[in-house]
Amino acid sequence: MNEVTVGIGGAAGDGIDKSGDTLAKACSRSGLHGYAFNSYQSVIRGGHIWLKLRVGEEKVYTQGDHLNALIALNQDTIERHAPEVESGGAILFNADKLKINIPIRDNVLTVPLPVAQLAKPFPPVAPVMQNTIALGALVFLLGLEFEVTASVLADTFKHKGEGVVKQNIGVAKAGYDYARERFVPLGYKWTFTRKRRPFLTGNEAIAIGAVAAGCRFYSAYPMTPASGILTWMADHAERCGVVVKQMEDELAVANVAIGAGYAGTRAMCATSGGGFALMTEAIGMAGMIEAPVVFVEVQRGGPSTGIPTKTEQADLNQVYGASQGDFPRVIIAPTSTKDCFDSAVESFNLADKYQLPVIIITDLQLSEHPETVDPEFFPAQVPIDRGEMVTEWDAANGPFKRYAFTKSGVSPRTLPGTANTMYIAATDDHDETGVLISDVFCNPAVRRKVAEKRMKKMDLALRDLPAPKLVGPANAQVTLIGWGASEGLLIEVAEQLNASGVTANCLQFKYLLPFHSREATEILKGCKHTICIEMNSTGQFARHLRAETGHSVNDQILKYDGEPFEPGAVAARVRGILKGEKLSLDVSEAEAREIGYHHVRVYMNEESRPGRITKAAANGFGEPVWQIEIVKRESGEKQGELSVGVETGSTYSWQPTT
Amino acid sequence: MATIVELPIQSFEGLVDPDWCPGCGDFGVLKAVKMGASKAGVLPKDLVVVSGIGCSSNLPGYVHSYGVHSLHGRSVAVATGIKLANTDLKVVITGGDGDGYGIGIGHFIHAMRRNLDLTYIVMDNQIYGLTTGQASPTTMKDARTKSTPQGNVESPLNPLALAIVSGATYVARGFSGEPNHLADLIAGGIQHKGFSLIDVFSPCVTYNKLNTYAYFKKRCYKLEDDKSYDSSNAKAAMDKVEEWGDRIPLGVAFRSQQPTYEDSVAAFKNGPLVHQSMNIDKGVFETLIEENM
Repeated sequence: MNEVTVGIGGAAGDGIDKSGDTLAKACSRSGLHGYAFNSYQSVIRGGHIWLKLRVGEEKVYTQGDHLNALIALNQDTIERHAPEVESGGAILFNADKLKINIPIRDNVLTVPLPVAQLAKPFPPVAPVMQNTIALGALVFLLGLEFEVTASVLADTFKHKGEGVVKQNIGVAKAGYDYARERFVPLGYKWTFTRKRRPFLTGNEAIAIGAVAAGCRFYSAYPMTPASGILTWMADHAERCGVVVKQMEDELAVANVAIGAGYAGTRAMCATSGGGFALMTEAIGMAGMIEAPVVFVEVQRGGPSTGIPTKTEQADLNQVYGASQGDFPRVIIAPTSTKDCFDSAVESFNLADKYQLPVIIITDLQLSEHPETVDPEFFPAQVPIDRGEMVTEWDAANGPFKRYAFTKSGVSPRTLPGTANTMYIAATDDHDETGVLISDVFCNPAVRRKVAEKRMKKMDLALRDLPAPKLVGPANAQVTLIGWGASEGLLIEVAEQLNASGVTANCLQFKYLLPFHSREATEILKGCKHTICIEMNSTGQFARHLRAETGHSVNDQILKYDGEPFEPGAVAARVRGILKGEKLSLDVSEAEAREIGYHHVRVYMNEESRPGRITKAAANGFGEPVWQIEIVKRESGEKQGELSVGVETGSTYSWQPTT
Repeated sequence: MATIVELPIQSFEGLVDPDWCPGCGDFGVLKAVKMGASKAGVLPKDLVVVSGIGCSSNLPGYVHSYGVHSLHGRSVAVATGIKLANTDLKVVITGGDGDGYGIGIGHFIHAMRRNLDLTYIVMDNQIYGLTTGQASPTTMKDARTKSTPQGNVESPLNPLALAIVSGATYVARGFSGEPNHLADLIAGGIQHKGFSLIDVFSPCVTYNKLNTYAYFKKRCYKLEDDKSYDSSNAKAAMDKVEEWGDRIPLGVAFRSQQPTYEDSVAAFKNGPLVHQSMNIDKGVFETLIEENM
């Protein structure tokens, strides 16, 4: 496929997001597909920010395995990523401040940009203008159209006035012209279909799906990476008629949403793992009083505060185990950005139809990475099913039974304000009319029937949900199993495997509860070698799959370092598994370099970086070690050596050069 | 203004009778809630009584209206959601001191800060009754309870003072031994536009042998009897609610008219959320997609 991957790296506050967004939209407006992932830290300024944007003529599902062009906004980025730029690619950087001080691959074009000189005609120029100059130059090198880029810049800065628009376009053009006068394009030949596609995140797709489905109440407490839904909702509240309520804590967030759902408004709230932990008691209440509410759990790296800006899929046990007792609930793990929209719509309908809490579980990568999605996947009119409602009741019919023991388990619902259908929605267990059976009136027979009534809804809900399907060649050598957001990854891994002679198919799970145990068992029976791929350290889904189907997956590929899976690395591991290679948990050379960076950050300063890295024998440390030279960034002069255990990753010693 | 139609209080009679201990202060509060709702001209179909967990939180089950018997400490949050979803409803919160001033105090303070149009009746018996007699946030210093056998070392919270500084716009105290007086306070709270707190001395006859009916009868007096008292003066009200000991004031300590939270929400211009169309305008929807291109 005709595609290119661009990396933009710098410190927080360098405006990397904006540059990536402009480039992506320029590509998208020309009809190309894009997928971006921003690897950032929990700091507002500083740290290392690394955005990868992959663009292709066909749909791209991940940030990929390659790096063809690099825009470096600080020296750190050159040192970390310049060696990754592949042959035929280019490295663009601000020549006033930065230099290429480490070896790079052959046939890589270096593009030093005289930023101060180029920006001179446009005073006063903010430092972020270096991105725009580099962007202009890159647009030329990649064979993209300047006019389209200018149109994106014009729209982006419209709200800041004509002067700012002109300045941005001018600066970008200066970069473009500079590259045109001095360099030959990298040789990309694109077919521009001109089909425009929105470039948006999973959080945005969930929010848009929610308002399309009639969500009119949204509550939240700020928490990364769920905050994107809150800010979207707040920005669009007036336009979409949504009441957006930031509450004092997640206990309030969940309870206020349940109150709104009980009273008849479609209500949603979102958080990440820590906030969800606080919501769990309320989720049980929604199950007990049979109030429809949608909860969104956007996972980040745990446990506890964990790695707040990094991705993981380790809250599965938490959503399954949320709240005490048995109660009906639906858990949906959207499989893509497009599916975030669909899942939101579906969730509201399921919540209303079965009068229960629905939990949508996503992760940081899905929620925050933007990608292009075909606009036809976002219909304005979506099906809205409010379930069985009683809007009128003749008192002559006797007391209204809100929790009537029906065959389906669904008891027609009424909203406060309706005459003659008054009832109490109680978290204590209750009879058909809502009268408590918890204390003096406790009655085992009523308790049994009401418990069965509630749980019957799960059987019915399961019938509404499509069963998982095996995608790809039947009788494949290997079946890749995933859940939630990893669908695109698995598609690309399977493509790579099939291209390299290993037949692979995929089995992706979206509906986690109720679970299609029968259908899944049937599929798994026919699989030759199953590998479950998930972003946690204990294989939470594989364990659940075993509980539901009795099938123990043959192998697992797990990742829990906070960075997303790369398809090439996963495919390589699959091939390794098939060859019987044992997984090594040793620190790799690249990881040793990162540990070197960590040492520099904690104990040294910006003037240092890791240099040469060699592996040495045990040397008294009880395990082989990586010897990492720390050198002066400017001169390359050695400052000392760090010894890091290959097996444990422990930093054993720091020997300064004397 | 429409004339108030006062339904007979039997209209608010719940399906079952209370299972409180004989003599419990909450009986008087239940009676006053029904009388207050009637006096305020509320119809059972438009009334939602929301409670948390505790003896007094069983109250919604004894009232003929809509109600949510929610989680321990969460009644104010649930009530907030109900009110925001349907501003036509009259939402009354009932519960105890442990529920509201202990586990639920965060929501309580923030609801007052927002001046939501909610009426909160706290049956304050200064003890955890349902769990058989532990110290609560309003248990007096040195009081011996199951969890403070040597005497309570903590000072009690002053809910009225807290309400005034937190932004509540109707702050009152009642006594379940005076249900008619209490009913007037409740009716006033329901009719008040904004957050009203009515803290009610509601003696626990089983576990609190200190703060009994006799204790309050001897000490309580009514603010209405003091014609010079100005309930619109927050500073004077703060002084008044500090009064404790030989004389304890009952009545409306503080009242002011401020915009409510609901007044400021753009989405309510078209009426309550529950009555609005669920379909998004096609043109508006297209802008949501277009802005990402």
